[in-house]
Amino acid sequence: MTTLILFNIFNGLIVGAFYALMALGLSLILNLSGVINFAHGGFLALGGYFAYMLIPVIGFWGALLVAPALVAVLGLIIERILIRRIYGRDPLYGLLLTFGLAFVLQDATRYFWGAQSLPYQIPTVLASPLSSQFFFLTGYRLFMIAIVAIAVIGLFLILNRTRLGMRIRAGTLDLDTVSALGVNVRLLRNVNFALGIFLAGLAGVLAAGMLGLQPTIGDSLIMPSFVAIIVGGLGSLPGTLLGGLLIGVASGLTTVIFPSATEAVMYVMMGLVLLLRPRGLLGEEGRLQ
Amino acid sequence: MTSVSASADRNKQVWNVIVWLLLLTMPYWMPLTGGYTALASRVLVLALAAMALNFLLGFTGVLSFGHAAYFGLGAYGVGMTIKYLVPSTGLGIIVGILIGTLAAALIGALIVKLRGVYFAMVTIAFGQVFYFIAFRWNSVTGGDDGLSGWRRVPIDLGFTQIDILGNDKAFYYLVLFCFALSAGAMAFILKSPFGRTLLAIRENERRARFLGIPVERHIWLSFVISCFFVSLAGALYALLNNFTDPRALRWDQSGNFVIMAVLGGMRSFWGPLIGAVIFVVLQDYVSTQTEYWMSIIGIFFMAVVLFFPRGVLGMLKRKRAA
Repeated sequence: MTTLILFNIFNGLIVGAFYALMALGLSLILNLSGVINFAHGGFLALGGYFAYMLIPVIGFWGALLVAPALVAVLGLIIERILIRRIYGRDPLYGLLLTFGLAFVLQDATRYFWGAQSLPYQIPTVLASPLSSQFFFLTGYRLFMIAIVAIAVIGLFLILNRTRLGMRIRAGTLDLDTVSALGVNVRLLRNVNFALGIFLAGLAGVLAAGMLGLQPTIGDSLIMPSFVAIIVGGLGSLPGTLLGGLLIGVASGLTTVIFPSATEAVMYVMMGLVLLLRPRGLLGEEGRLQ
Repeated sequence: MTSVSASADRNKQVWNVIVWLLLLTMPYWMPLTGGYTALASRVLVLALAAMALNFLLGFTGVLSFGHAAYFGLGAYGVGMTIKYLVPSTGLGIIVGILIGTLAAALIGALIVKLRGVYFAMVTIAFGQVFYFIAFRWNSVTGGDDGLSGWRRVPIDLGFTQIDILGNDKAFYYLVLFCFALSAGAMAFILKSPFGRTLLAIRENERRARFLGIPVERHIWLSFVISCFFVSLAGALYALLNNFTDPRALRWDQSGNFVIMAVLGGMRSFWGPLIGAVIFVVLQDYVSTQTEYWMSIIGIFFMAVVLFFPRGVLGMLKRKRAA
């Protein structure tokens, strides 16, 4: 029983790490540009497929870095052509635009790689269990957690230690002032968008090994990511991280007790948070309400 | 000034007459354009849903991207009533509306304090709860395969029976009857002082608040009214198909309602109807032409946002004003 509970908590933690990675990217874009990116799941899928193509050529470790980078470049381009046109307009238009983009991305992956789930190699070093009692502790699972942790630490280092990060944080608070101080806001939003997409691509490379690579792989992750952002508090990246891990572990635990409610439990949590603390766990008061 | 508004009023009257005449005769001219009666019913049902959404979006200024949840609850409400409780179409519709409206009242109370993009995001997320319930609760809802094994039941009026099951046109006129009642009710509410207050909130929420208007209560009521009509549309949609599945509740359905409202023109009462006609006919046509219809719909979404953000009626109005 203990093993079972530990297994599900651990599973929840991994899933939560995916939610968090995806939600952090969504949050970055939402905070600076006010766009809810419905197409985030599509970019995640592309990350997985790019890695699938790259692994035979440059190996898993290379693909782990190059595939998200390629997706990020695509993000740069799409932001320039499409997303930037709806900045400053009613949020309605951002939702509809990225909604359409999500459809197009999903169809494009289906066109190029087919609707079936593709076999996805992970390095054999990582595939075997580390201990016979805790069979679920495979190297790949620990490795995923480690990579997510590194990515998150890297993101917070960029945000807190670099000039770019400082500008992103400042722009989240007051974009007009940042612009008046001579920062190229168009470029800032462009790079920020790509940074968010990079995280989605990275989540895709990792998730493909666990969830199976198919065009709809992002669908099951995007809604929980929204919930993670709301639970954690809109506008707060640490909140988003906390929210993602929290709802992941909560769903993991619910799987033991009442499997049918695995998804429902995160919405219950969201309802409770909105009832008791509408700004979210770590959200600032009055912001974006 | 008076003559301008008088002529505008006369214009409105003329348009109302044209719209109703077209709708009344739709099953008779639809086949001439290559359509069929069931498609006419579908246009009307989805138009009702889009108009209900637009009550909130266009006339209260609040964006919900999760209206499919209440649409789907109406659909499951009628299906499950007929399948498990009583074989009565009328009762099924009432149960569907009650379930959808009740859920909206509860969720609405949680979210009325939120605004803008935050409100939209919470409605998206909450919209998915019912999707997962319908998806997971296999034994009752049929899970992913949908709720089948039931059909709409002819309506017994005592002195006569309306065969909405066997006769497509009879069902169309039932839908039109519901549509007319709903459209009339929404127009009436919008003309009332309450409706004018909603417009005031849309135009300037802060000023409305300073005037002592309880803004949250108004938005909550508008949300509930909107969801009431969306659940009715959902119930009719399930009756139309004799079937419903979790996709009726999913976020892409919500997106479809929003695009219909925007495409037609969300500041006009009839806008969503025009949007629904265009969208439903396009979707019906494209999905028979190519396997990759999703990307065409997706490109269509993007094109509307980039090139027709005011919608068909919004553009016409602007041209006339210029």
